[in-house]
Amino acid sequence: MVGPVEAGRAAKYAGPVLTIDQATYDAIVAHAKRDHPDEACGIVAGPEGSDRPERVVEMVNAAGSPTFYEFDSTELLDLYKQMWDNDEEPVVIYHSHTATEAYPSRTDIGLASEPGAHYVLVSTREHGNNDGPVEFRSYRIIDGEVTEEEVTVVPELT
Amino acid sequence: MAIEVRIPTILRTYTGGEKAVSGDGSKLSALIDDLEANHPGLKERLIEDGDLRRFVNVYVNDEDVRFIGGLDAELSDGDQVVVLPAVAGG
Repeated sequence: MVGPVEAGRAAKYAGPVLTIDQATYDAIVAHAKRDHPDEACGIVAGPEGSDRPERVVEMVNAAGSPTFYEFDSTELLDLYKQMWDNDEEPVVIYHSHTATEAYPSRTDIGLASEPGAHYVLVSTREHGNNDGPVEFRSYRIIDGEVTEEEVTVVPELT
Repeated sequence: MAIEVRIPTILRTYTGGEKAVSGDGSKLSALIDDLEANHPGLKERLIEDGDLRRFVNVYVNDEDVRFIGGLDAELSDGDQVVVLPAVAGG
């Protein structure tokens, strides 16, 4: 049932949809595969208020763990200062799950602190470091409430 | 004495939407008490059981306060304080 009407709705209401370009999608997946079996994490920054994920920033998982991720505190500050200087915000915050599904864990929900961001989860549980499909899903996490949203991958952001 | 404190998006409900507020205090703990007086509720989001919350980062002039004394970190006029929630999960 995806026709012009559906596409029109997605274009008009940007909220419940993550629209991401193929190169950015591929970069996130490649990062997740490379760091498997540890969790990979990062953000995609974009102009404030634009909802455009334009600039991938891979972050080091300071926890270096297959079950937890945390941005290093000094790198976190550097990242935010850079974004403030550029009038950017974190449009996407991504991380991988390496043994479980691409759904926010209780910890993910409890610690989610960017109500405006799309939280992307990639699961590498099927193929690990190797080629092959991954689960790639996106959510809003606001006040402990998780809402899954559609992911639309486009050749380029228009 | 004035210290500028940068407030993250998620805590701006306590500052009427302001991205930055100013406060006073010769130590971080005193600054947080001063902020609480003007922005009730903020302190509880920063402190738990008498210590900084594990997943809240506070920086003074770009230094993570955990490395410069935590709540006892000393402050002077003109210092820049930034509050940033950790980006973390499981």
